[in-house]
Amino acid sequence: MPLDESTVKNIAFLARLKVPDEELERLASELSNIIGWVEQLAEVDTEGVEPMTSVVEMTLPKRPDAVNDGGDRERVLANAPEPMSGYFAVPKVVE
Amino acid sequence: MTDPLTALTLAQARDGLASGDFTSEELTRAHSGAVEAARDLNLFITETPELALERAQASDTRRAKDAAAGPMDGIPIAVKDLFCTEGVLTTAGSHILDGFTPTYESTVTANLRAAGAVMVGKTNLDEFAMGSANVTSYYGPAKNPWSTGDGKDRVPGGSSGGSAAAVAAHLCSASIGTDTGGSIRQPASFSGIVGLKPTYGRCSRWGIVAFASSLDQAGPLTRTIRDAAIMLGAMAGHDAKDSTSAPVEKPDFEAALGGGVRGLKVGIPREYRIDSTPGEIETLWQQGIEWLKDAGAEPVDVALPHTKYALPTYYIVAPAEASSNLARYDGVRFGLRVPGETLDEMYENTRGEGFGAEVRRRVLIGTYVLSAGYYDAYYVKAQKVRTLIARDFKKAFETVDVILTPTAPSAAFAIGEKMDDPIAMYLNDVFTVPASLAGLPAISVPAGLDPQGLPLGLHLIGRPFDEETVLRAAEALETAARFDTKPAYLEGA
Repeated sequence: MPLDESTVKNIAFLARLKVPDEELERLASELSNIIGWVEQLAEVDTEGVEPMTSVVEMTLPKRPDAVNDGGDRERVLANAPEPMSGYFAVPKVVE
Repeated sequence: MTDPLTALTLAQARDGLASGDFTSEELTRAHSGAVEAARDLNLFITETPELALERAQASDTRRAKDAAAGPMDGIPIAVKDLFCTEGVLTTAGSHILDGFTPTYESTVTANLRAAGAVMVGKTNLDEFAMGSANVTSYYGPAKNPWSTGDGKDRVPGGSSGGSAAAVAAHLCSASIGTDTGGSIRQPASFSGIVGLKPTYGRCSRWGIVAFASSLDQAGPLTRTIRDAAIMLGAMAGHDAKDSTSAPVEKPDFEAALGGGVRGLKVGIPREYRIDSTPGEIETLWQQGIEWLKDAGAEPVDVALPHTKYALPTYYIVAPAEASSNLARYDGVRFGLRVPGETLDEMYENTRGEGFGAEVRRRVLIGTYVLSAGYYDAYYVKAQKVRTLIARDFKKAFETVDVILTPTAPSAAFAIGEKMDDPIAMYLNDVFTVPASLAGLPAISVPAGLDPQGLPLGLHLIGRPFDEETVLRAAEALETAARFDTKPAYLEGA
């Protein structure tokens, strides 16, 4: 199904990706081409086939629910663009 | 411009270090010098000569005390700039990771460090490993040391383009890359070297910047099969920090070599014969079959009926996982931040400016196929077809030990080609993607030249966790092909 400009605008918002209005038309056409191409999967008979959830045959290991790490505030914040008083800082979200 | 020390294979360097012919410091200085002299190829995003020297000297000290850590001790390697390296800038080839200096080391690079390997620098790559030509890097395209004399720079393939080209240009004894749909094997083919993607789960993904988590796998890029076996041994192993890392025994991969292929059944999948493949690639494939036959292997026709659906499946699954993985780049915790009035605006500005065109495209596709109303039609459908693709391989491996195909549908193309049509670029991975979707080990072996004198690779796929058979068959191809042509860059052309 071809994507129109408003669909692109919507998914760009869902992905929190700023897309200038003048790029919407080109993107809609590029993405429609890709989606049109992957839609050939519709012709494959997948009746009764389980979707793959793990590519290797192994069960996910479990570990004890115990603290094994932490107390690393400096290292965690080391790469933050605007840390403040030992926290990550973001624009105001609550008035 | 060539130093005899940089011309050594990893195994030769190991032996030379062991017998005291040279020190790691001498070997490392030679390679760091070569890295600096080859800046015009743009293969490194960050060079680390001081760090390398420090580690080389530490290696020499260990060796002087008879306490060398193993075959990799003192060997200069290059690391794809997708692996987090403690205290060294890690960019993933993206603007959005500006200034990101991890406070931790990825498990694979930590394993290599513990084995004594000496990192000479972080190599160029497609942004977030999304590409097949190393042209989507924020740091500019990497150039292939191979050229044809037509004046055009060639791509080294991608996404591990810098890692592949650095090995081909003798800037390191070996390098590491990652492979999601062909990102080790295709650049290895384009650069005339060996590239091995291990079984999914063989190497830990912890500390590798994630692209598509059900597909990403680290592996070695080297000049010989033996070197690939040595490197893999130093990289692999179970890691509790990656829940998909397999708790399986690690064999001595190098010991698997030398066994020959007598009696080995080699599958030839008819579905890999596609009309658009140039004649020289079909010819090389036939030659590969003959080589293995002459070495005592038995070619067997096999069917992999869902092969043609592998690429479209991949281009649903990989962007879906990428859109989820890349949600973490929010301008809050690391890297680039572009201000905005509100939190949403800050996210949108940061991600809009920080991601390049191909990454934006894949994040949008991924978001679309995962969005309400489309999830079943696209994502679940693709995961079902993926099951069928994996089943095809499982069935084939009931009768054969290894599968032989070409690595890529062309030799290295010129920088700038295939840029206007994303799907044309995606087709580079037509032969490598199926094994990725099935999580299987696969290798590209340099096997010949195209009519323009550019390298071409042959591709072997194996059973899960049977890298040993893959390496053994690859060694037979290597022995028969006797590929010893060097890139024009090294000949000083």
